[in-house]
Amino acid sequence: MKALKELTGVAAPMPMINVDTDMIIPKQYLKTISRDGLGKGLFHSMRYNDDGSDNPDFILNKDAYSKASFLIAGDNFGCGSSREHAAWALEDFGIRCVIAPSFSDIFYNNAFKNGMLLIQLPHEAIDKLTELADYGSNAVFSVDLESQTVTAPDGSEHTFELDEFRKHCLLNGLDEIALTLEKESSIANFESDTSNTHSWLTPAS
Amino acid sequence: MPAKTLYDKIWDAHVVSTEPDGTCLIYIDRHLVHEVTSAQAFSGLRKSNRLVRRPELTLAVVDHNIPTTDRSVGIDDPESKLQMDTLRTNTSEFGVEYYDELDERQGIVHIIGPEQGFTLPGTTVVCGDSHTATHGAFGALAHGIGTSEVEHVLASQTLLQNKSKNMQVLVKGKLPDGVTAKDLTLAVIAKTGTAGGTGHVIEYRGEAISDLSMEGRMTLCNMAIEGGARAGLVAPDEKTFEYLQGRPKAPKGKDWDDAVAYWKTLKTDDGAHFDLTVELDASQIAPIVTWGTSPEDALPITATVPDPASFKDEHKQAAAARSLEYMGLTAGTALNEIEIDKVFIGSCTNGRIEDLRAVAKVVEGKKVADHVSAMVVPGSGLVKKQAEQEGIADILKSAGFDWREPGCSMCLGMNPDRLKPQERCASTSNRNFEGRQGHGGRTHLMSPAMAAAAAVTGKLTDVRTITGDA
Repeated sequence: MKALKELTGVAAPMPMINVDTDMIIPKQYLKTISRDGLGKGLFHSMRYNDDGSDNPDFILNKDAYSKASFLIAGDNFGCGSSREHAAWALEDFGIRCVIAPSFSDIFYNNAFKNGMLLIQLPHEAIDKLTELADYGSNAVFSVDLESQTVTAPDGSEHTFELDEFRKHCLLNGLDEIALTLEKESSIANFESDTSNTHSWLTPAS
Repeated sequence: MPAKTLYDKIWDAHVVSTEPDGTCLIYIDRHLVHEVTSAQAFSGLRKSNRLVRRPELTLAVVDHNIPTTDRSVGIDDPESKLQMDTLRTNTSEFGVEYYDELDERQGIVHIIGPEQGFTLPGTTVVCGDSHTATHGAFGALAHGIGTSEVEHVLASQTLLQNKSKNMQVLVKGKLPDGVTAKDLTLAVIAKTGTAGGTGHVIEYRGEAISDLSMEGRMTLCNMAIEGGARAGLVAPDEKTFEYLQGRPKAPKGKDWDDAVAYWKTLKTDDGAHFDLTVELDASQIAPIVTWGTSPEDALPITATVPDPASFKDEHKQAAAARSLEYMGLTAGTALNEIEIDKVFIGSCTNGRIEDLRAVAKVVEGKKVADHVSAMVVPGSGLVKKQAEQEGIADILKSAGFDWREPGCSMCLGMNPDRLKPQERCASTSNRNFEGRQGHGGRTHLMSPAMAAAAAVTGKLTDVRTITGDA
């Protein structure tokens, strides 16, 4: 996984609530057997007209935001389906950090597994950041993961909470599966204990 | 010993190790796999020279992409075919049991897990699909995961997890006649909102929950995710054991007795702490339909389409206005006057035998309205076979329903079963998101009985006016 220590860039404001993963990446992009190239499908229904042309009113189609690396979003971002394609599409488009008042659980996990940083801030802070993001490409945001701080274009600083383990993995770009497999003996012990006490756990065949 | 919730008990029994910040490595007892979210996980294993740690704890099936027409003639869509072929190759290479499109046990992953007795109380169950919450009906801690986590489970049979908070949804009293588990689950979401359960595992408790059949409990827990919860749980009881006994993958002989003895301990202790409690009175719940594009946009069929200005929060006002425009609805319209074009009976929420019986009960001797096209997609090959044996298929076909092969179908429209732009559908599925059932399609979620009523009248209808339960 790609490490993320700092990030600086433009933030696209998208103050809708309940942006679901069907909206982030619709079904027609789920037939792939690859993780790559999904950025073209990001927010498909809102981003493209029925004839396939760009919808000029959609935020990421505006010049100022076409290279956005942040998204400032509304409550419950990423709700719905568990499709990791949603995280893959955002990351492939270039968005490495989403800031919102709340996220859905599965999307939150998926994003971090792909080197993305999701930041939860209170509603008042999000409203302020959304306003600042409206200034477009002159409004540069930055985040420093070590100090857990977002710096807004007006110089204001917003600190955020993050689990230590997640932070450690993201700062160092660690492969979680490799980390887990270092605990192979604990896993094997657990298996041997439960097979003694709960032999019914092995499916009948 | 401090009093524990059911969730605490299952969690504690699965902790392999704990990081200093409290992140836990949790053992996974059951892993369900389907074609859409697994290909990249198997590729990852191959790239890192890793194997599936316990193939016997993994069960794979094709469901999302598969056409619901005759499959013996082959699959037309090359992308779907590639995804299905990839699952076949992956399961064969890594030694995982696989039900393909011609296997009678094939069906929606969350229907076949319980049906085969693969899902058991007190186990941890994961799948690369958010509706894994369904298995919570058995008192299994079950939740959806992404593809990176699918790979993690395949390789290690574990997951890195932070413990959620405990939430209880306490449903007192009895559901009135004509009101079902689907109405109950929609009523809960309407009350808590789609983010009301975020960060929590819900245990559904109370008389109305105990009264539900196992199938009803599956419908209830299935939509825990639509309320934002990590998982939904119902404590196992005699109904649970009766449902499971004798199923192909359920424990046998002494193992069965040992398992039941353990399962009986799986209930919340008196005095255990819940971080959040939501109470509902079952007797006050009416048949429910959704009017908007979020499952929380749910109202009794006797209500009218709400005015966006009636919502307090400005973001919710904007969302409601956008929903009404998308849905082609005007505030103040009576919900039972909304005409429909399509009916979809099926999905992991409502594709089981009791759901099909409920539809047959409403439509027997009646006809699907002339302007409506209605489709039934059984949740599995075994559900389909049983419905055919019970005569349900004949009743539905005589009424004018299209009787299909099992799969996820129009719940998410990955296969050819899709709504056209602006088509309006009475659907027994779980999500009414924009474009979910097809680009521009308009979804109203409801129970199977309500969808059946809509099929025969051609508009959203209070089923109690047809069955005489009102």
